[in-house]
Amino acid sequence: MKNYENLSELQISVLSEIGNIGAGNAATSLAHILADKVMMSVPALQIIDVSSMATILGGPENELAGILVNMTEDVKGMLLFLLDQEFIYMLVNVLMDEQIQSFEEISELSMSAIMEIGNILAGSYISAISTMTGLNIGLTTPQIALDMAGAILSYPAAQFGVMGDKLLFIEEDFLSGDSAIKSHLLIMPEPKSLQLIMESLGVC
Amino acid sequence: MGNLVIVGISDQQVAYPPDSLITYALGSCVGICLFDTMRRISGLAHVLLPQAFIGSDRHEVYKFADTAVEELVRSMERQGCARLHMIAKIAGGANMFITTGKSIGERNVEVVKNELKRLNIRLMAEDTGLNYGRTVEFNTQNGSMIVKTAGKGNKVF
Repeated sequence: MKNYENLSELQISVLSEIGNIGAGNAATSLAHILADKVMMSVPALQIIDVSSMATILGGPENELAGILVNMTEDVKGMLLFLLDQEFIYMLVNVLMDEQIQSFEEISELSMSAIMEIGNILAGSYISAISTMTGLNIGLTTPQIALDMAGAILSYPAAQFGVMGDKLLFIEEDFLSGDSAIKSHLLIMPEPKSLQLIMESLGVC
Repeated sequence: MGNLVIVGISDQQVAYPPDSLITYALGSCVGICLFDTMRRISGLAHVLLPQAFIGSDRHEVYKFADTAVEELVRSMERQGCARLHMIAKIAGGANMFITTGKSIGERNVEVVKNELKRLNIRLMAEDTGLNYGRTVEFNTQNGSMIVKTAGKGNKVF
């Protein structure tokens, strides 16, 4: 498996299922945090290039929060959550009881709370992969960037540019109360790790 | 008012007044603006990675700093520009997330600068590094580079 473009249909549906279970776990965790019911749509997995991804995310200059977590141990690679501003404002409101309207207003403390959410979201997806495959997967401390979508996406694009231009992209809607939250996740196992995941699931 | 000529990722364009060149949201990528001060012809390249590697697609010359800079110079020369009259302004090469060792952004900037030196093109201005994204617009009338950021202000070079 040299790059994500060469994935078979079966492999894609396996990854979609991982995304599905991960999103289910994430919805449960979010419900705990927000102390509210959280519903989710069926996640859509796409294999697309960075430019199309930026378009889906509201254009290259749209400001987002990017939360990056690296996978370690049996599976190597990264997870990048792309959360829109409204989602971040809502989190800060619920968790820190602060009303904010721009990224500049986010305090240090709120920032670490957002990182913790990233940690929980990442854990939700990782435990889905771990449970299904029996593989040991560790996570590094999350890092956060509040910036233009295109700039955030340059990181995975460059890291994985050597593997071709297409990346695995999961779009997921969470519904809580009156607000619909769009969350996007880039899931990027290294080619060897992706192979290992597939083998562990008996898919080749 | 001229048109805004958009340069995508791993792409480059040449433009004349009154048009402007723009490339959006550079992170670790580098935007290279070249300007022929005699002919008033401008070029902008948006490179993703420092160098081509074994097995990379030979058609992707615009993707890598070590091939894209020279390619842009050649495209401008084909339109009558001369290296002697070209100046360069560059932006980007940020490190959006902390990495161990030298970041891709840093390496991109390094290779771009080496290429400019090798091609004997003077680097007049740069706004590179740090940890935030930049949109680069190049004014082909006067050769100024406008760098726009999210929350870090705008600058003219």
